[in-house]
Amino acid sequence: MHIRGLRRLCGIVVAVAMLFAASEARAAVEIQWWHAMAGELGRLLEKLAADFNGQQQEYKIVPVYKGQYTETMTAALFALRIGQQPAIVQVNEIATATMMAARGATYPVYQLMRDQGEPFDPATYLPAISGYYTDTDGNMLSFPFNSSTPILYYNKDQFRLAGLDPEKPPATWPEVEAAAQKLRASGVPCGFTTAWPSWINVENLSAFHNVPLATKQNGFGGFDTELLINSDLVVRHIAALAEWQKTKIFDYGGRNDRADQKFYGSQCGMYVSSSATRADILANAKFEVGFGMMPYWPDIAGAPQNSIIGGATLWVLKGRPDAEYKGVARFFAYLSKPGAQAWWHQNTGYLPITDAGYRLSDAQGFYDRNPGTDISIKQITLHTPTENSKGLRLGSFVQIRDVIEDEMEQAFSGKRTAKAAMDAAARRGNEILRRFEKANP
Amino acid sequence: MEKRSAFNHRFLPYALLVPQLAITVVFFYWPAIQAVWQSFLLQDAFGLSTAFIWLDNYRDLFSQPDYYQTIVTTLVFSGGVAVLSLSLALLLAVQADKQLSGAGVYRTLLIWPYAVAPAVAGVLWAFMFQPSLGVIARILRDDLGIDWNPLLNSDHAMIMVVLAAVWKQISYNFLFFLAGLQAIPKSVIEAAAIDGARPARRFWTITFPLLSPTMFFLIVVNIVYAFFDTLGLIDAMTAGGPGKATETLVYKVYADGRLGGDLGGSAAQSVILMIIVIALTAIQFRYVEKKVTY
Repeated sequence: MHIRGLRRLCGIVVAVAMLFAASEARAAVEIQWWHAMAGELGRLLEKLAADFNGQQQEYKIVPVYKGQYTETMTAALFALRIGQQPAIVQVNEIATATMMAARGATYPVYQLMRDQGEPFDPATYLPAISGYYTDTDGNMLSFPFNSSTPILYYNKDQFRLAGLDPEKPPATWPEVEAAAQKLRASGVPCGFTTAWPSWINVENLSAFHNVPLATKQNGFGGFDTELLINSDLVVRHIAALAEWQKTKIFDYGGRNDRADQKFYGSQCGMYVSSSATRADILANAKFEVGFGMMPYWPDIAGAPQNSIIGGATLWVLKGRPDAEYKGVARFFAYLSKPGAQAWWHQNTGYLPITDAGYRLSDAQGFYDRNPGTDISIKQITLHTPTENSKGLRLGSFVQIRDVIEDEMEQAFSGKRTAKAAMDAAARRGNEILRRFEKANP
Repeated sequence: MEKRSAFNHRFLPYALLVPQLAITVVFFYWPAIQAVWQSFLLQDAFGLSTAFIWLDNYRDLFSQPDYYQTIVTTLVFSGGVAVLSLSLALLLAVQADKQLSGAGVYRTLLIWPYAVAPAVAGVLWAFMFQPSLGVIARILRDDLGIDWNPLLNSDHAMIMVVLAAVWKQISYNFLFFLAGLQAIPKSVIEAAAIDGARPARRFWTITFPLLSPTMFFLIVVNIVYAFFDTLGLIDAMTAGGPGKATETLVYKVYADGRLGGDLGGSAAQSVILMIIVIALTAIQFRYVEKKVTY
């Protein structure tokens, strides 16, 4: 009797709970968000979505991990072809031109926010970040989500052993060379290495020295742009790296972030890499890590200008039910709030996208507690971005970056001179640009 | 007395063929025709605008010096993989065919690598050869004094992917060679031994010719393997680098189409690849098969 009563009670509780769950599922509009953040970053991203979902009952953001950036983008492209696209997709910065060209498929963020009546002031976003994703009229096309910029990391323990001042990171390339020589002399296998070969040593190098990377304002002015990656500056820098490669002052560490191991493993004493790698580096390095700005060539007038960002934005895709777009706009408004911004920035190492997010982090004492975390933001806001340091907007840049890195490897292995390699990269890259122009009339 | 079965039904034989034909059409002819059609098109990444451009995709390809380089790379890679994996597997199979204690264990161990997924094998080998941490890289550097660097040295990178691809294929070849060896009547070999032929001579004049059908089959399969199935391995180990030193034709199809979003150009490449493999197989059947004694 007793037990039966309990059982009946349980049955009622379950039934009621199911009823609630069902009605809630019916009420909340589900919004698919395809993203490319694995591991710890993925968990932080899911927390962001869960926080938003917890604050209101109308919309439910559903994050779906789709693999790396290229895989996520490809998944979205093919989903669009069969009408199964998500409302939000995370796309990396170099695919911006490709997404922009697909006018019928994307819903520009400035239009979305206006149509849905959500408060949206482009002026609150940091121009060095939002500039990468705005059209020539200043309209923001996609929502900046995770942005980073290259900074210098160095092994303070090895600096001490080599007789270098561990509190003074080298600021220029000649200083890097001198420090690297001392490190080599003290027995460190390699002076320095860099991650993301093209992003750091070609794209950011050009922006940081206020030198154009392509005609038509780095491609912002139209698809009929041509690469200028065989500029004197780039050729000189690649030539220096190739020369240093011979004596292991510099040692090439591979594409993407494959060079991480060389720094973690104390193989190289200095490392230029994304500011978002900070957490990983601190977790993996068994030595004291120092931070500095990206080095520059001091004899170039106007350097250092400001570095450009990498990372990704959220693009909104057309063709979903109207109700979802209201939720997307709400979600973007939520992500723009200083609280959410500061939380994301402090936990992931990505840049805050609004000035308010930065100031809140500063007021909370985050930068004092975590030295080195404000270098990235100082570096991208060093000066007002110019045409050459706003970013780049080149079609099929994923392929072009591959071509550039191919040719860099040719130069580093001594098969070609830096000049010949960069000339070839420009020629091959221009062919890809022309093909892109033809495919997007 | 001969047993005959007769089909009275006129359509039954066709009906019995339908499932197999349907599979062939759906999974081979249809995608192949799609690829040929796609190769005449120029599309943006989203497929929003499509232009019919006849043979421009092919013209673009053959005007790139890099494409010829990729063809050469593919031939070097495939040749290296086929020769090495066949000869090593044959050597192992001949050894395993002997009267050994624990031959069963030995044979089973040799078959294992075949069960490893290509990408996993790629990661495994890449890790062993990783310049600063890898076990083999360390031996090469510290004990043999070789400045091992597959990140920049294209010969090193090529050796690395060939070795991994060979390792992956040896088991398969080993199985077939072993079966082929066991099918050779022992009496023939014993007769030759009584006539005074030494083991090496017995192998080359009796065993090897009798193995030729197996050998021929494996050559075809290995070339197809090296051309197509090594994509995951190359992607995990070198991603086609350094430069384009380990970029094979099938990797380029993948890189341009799936990573680069250039479906037209990628389709044109797959059509060319298809023609090359059909031609290679046809040549093998036309000329090499004549030397095969069944």
